[in-house]
Amino acid sequence: MEVDVMKRIPVREQDPKVRAANFEEVCLGYDKEEAMAEATRCLQCKNPQCVKGCPVNIDIPGFIKEVAEGNVEGAYHVIGEYSALPAVCGRVCPQESQCEVKCIRGIKGDAVSIGKLERFVADAAREQGVKPVKAESLNGKKVAVIGSGPAGLTCAGDLAKLGYDVTIFEALHKAGGVLSYGIPEFRLPKTKVVDAEVENVKSLGVKIETNVVIGKAITIDELLNEEGFDAVFIGSGAGLPKFMGIPGENANGVFSANEYLTRSNLMQAFDDDYATPIVAGKKVAVVGGGNVAMDAARTALRLGAEVHIVYRRSEEELPARVEEVHHAKEEGIIFDLLTNPTQIFTDDEGNVKGMECIRMELGEPDESGRRRPVEKPGSEFTLDVDTVIMSLGTSPNPLISSTTEGLDINKWKCIVAEESNGQTSKAKVYAGGDAVTGAATVILAMGAGKAAAKGIHEFLSKK
Amino acid sequence: MYKIVKKEYLANNIWLMDVEAPRVAKSCQPGQFVIVKTDEKGERIPLTVCDYDREKGTVTIVFQTVGASTELMKDLGVGDSFQDFVGPLGCASELIEMPEEELKKERILFVCGGVGTAPVYPQVKWMHEHGVDVDVIIGARTKDLMILENEMRAVAGNLYVATDDGSYGFKGNGCDQINDLVNNQGKTYTRVVAIGPMIMMKFVAQLTKELHIPTIVSMNPIMVDGTGMCGACRLQVGDEIKFACVDGPEFDGHLVDFDQAMLRQRMYKTEEGRAMLRLQEGDTHHGGCGNCEG
Repeated sequence: MEVDVMKRIPVREQDPKVRAANFEEVCLGYDKEEAMAEATRCLQCKNPQCVKGCPVNIDIPGFIKEVAEGNVEGAYHVIGEYSALPAVCGRVCPQESQCEVKCIRGIKGDAVSIGKLERFVADAAREQGVKPVKAESLNGKKVAVIGSGPAGLTCAGDLAKLGYDVTIFEALHKAGGVLSYGIPEFRLPKTKVVDAEVENVKSLGVKIETNVVIGKAITIDELLNEEGFDAVFIGSGAGLPKFMGIPGENANGVFSANEYLTRSNLMQAFDDDYATPIVAGKKVAVVGGGNVAMDAARTALRLGAEVHIVYRRSEEELPARVEEVHHAKEEGIIFDLLTNPTQIFTDDEGNVKGMECIRMELGEPDESGRRRPVEKPGSEFTLDVDTVIMSLGTSPNPLISSTTEGLDINKWKCIVAEESNGQTSKAKVYAGGDAVTGAATVILAMGAGKAAAKGIHEFLSKK
Repeated sequence: MYKIVKKEYLANNIWLMDVEAPRVAKSCQPGQFVIVKTDEKGERIPLTVCDYDREKGTVTIVFQTVGASTELMKDLGVGDSFQDFVGPLGCASELIEMPEEELKKERILFVCGGVGTAPVYPQVKWMHEHGVDVDVIIGARTKDLMILENEMRAVAGNLYVATDDGSYGFKGNGCDQINDLVNNQGKTYTRVVAIGPMIMMKFVAQLTKELHIPTIVSMNPIMVDGTGMCGACRLQVGDEIKFACVDGPEFDGHLVDFDQAMLRQRMYKTEEGRAMLRLQEGDTHHGGCGNCEG
């Protein structure tokens, strides 16, 4: 394969017109030949900047070297020392702003395609049946992990590798957290990727008990005092949806992105074999501009709707990853930018029949550093939509904080925890991920899970 | 897996099941609910807890077959299992959280309609076990549709039965019976708890508002996860939007916007109808009629 060192090997994708009507994965990934060719572009820097950009500090040149030599198993074990979920991270990490942005190749040409290489390693290892390495013996200490999302799985995996007896408690009927209920099939295949990575964590000896709502069925104090756990990690995420508080928001046909995505992803409502219903909508407005908004919009599109993203700032401020915006546009999502909803109109039966919006312009920068959107008086107009999906962000669920005495939260209801080791205000209790930071990314949650595993290990080793 | 250890037909397509779910049985309280799911492809169905046995580790659920998913549930027998059974969810009834002394001063009337009799039962039983006698009205269209009468009689102070057609007990609906008790029989109540179909709770709440009796209702709207994540179960309660799953399921009946809640209940009617057709027609379901898009 010919390689132009300045240019990355392009990755194959499903044609936008075809994929707009199916739930198959958009990106098809590298094959072995492509991956090995791309791997030769890595300069194997002595002082690799990419590693510093990675929240879990994967030895990136180390695994790429193995790929260049065609050694999938070797590459997998290098990554495995740092990450329990490489097939997930290779797909959903914002590499362009983390590892790849620091790549020296990127100064004069394209950065090495680190994410796509990581994905290749994980997928190829799964196909070859390579499993992570289990601890040789248990150390006799028990840790409970609350939530089986990226933070929980990472923390559990790391602790199991150190010989801890780890049980994950999951409130839903399926493990994976946001990987299962939030991120759609076409970005992150459930059976092939998420279930397989969960199985890998289980193969390290981690037990997963689904259908247990901590704070309801059992409290953290009971886990520590009655069920014999030596420490608890809270990785319960940020699952509570926000609404705008505008008139008409309780109409039939207004959904939180959480509900829409949970129906489609966790409950697989897009598939008629599954019993859970979903309203497809003929013309859908998704309010918000983050990755979740893109996911909801692209899901509605695949269910057959004309879809508008309604966002109050301009394209530059869209919080979604550039790749997601690009994919959404390719598929035919319409972007109504500098536009903000003011009310939702309903028919006699309470169904959405339109959404009034107002045009915005950008004023002075606000405390977030982004220019504040200001309404243009008299510019109201109506979008004749039948479905509205609110994707305005999420906040942590108070179920745990309100039932755990001595666990401090801040004014955003996030659990207060040390960044370096996840320690909370309560002894033996650690926390990380969206439950601490508010809604963020998969990899940051994994980084926090990792830090907490280290913190818990240090604490329990001292005893 | 959560094994069914008892199954009983009550009336009017209403079924009772005892299900092994030790964690739920250990911690649940009257007023709370569970979510059940029959199999991999099933829906998550919220059901209010009807009874529990902490020692045996079982929870009693009662459900009426109203669509494809509950039809499938009904076909499960003793020895079969639910794939998922999660709970307890929601808040316990505020009455059982009250200090005992205050509770004993209350004169409480429970009003049950149809399958809503089931979630009332554990509350009345709890009151009975804590030495509080309460009055209970069970309302039904006709005698054959009445459920849990004997069970309720064993734990209620006074039990009043009312049928719309007069085939059993008082002739009239729950509201008529309340009117009769308060206006004709001179009963006074400090609190009403009404659980049943949304329309029945709406009318009971309207009446008790006129009678100035604080009233609790138990809402069972459409929901997915039951832990506050989806917001499908949102209700207008006074000036506030509440999530039935975490803020409820019990609310002040004088503040709930029942009309909106009833509209929201109908959201998936078309989809549910399609699912039912697919179930009934099985392999013979071919779509193409233009009505179901199947």
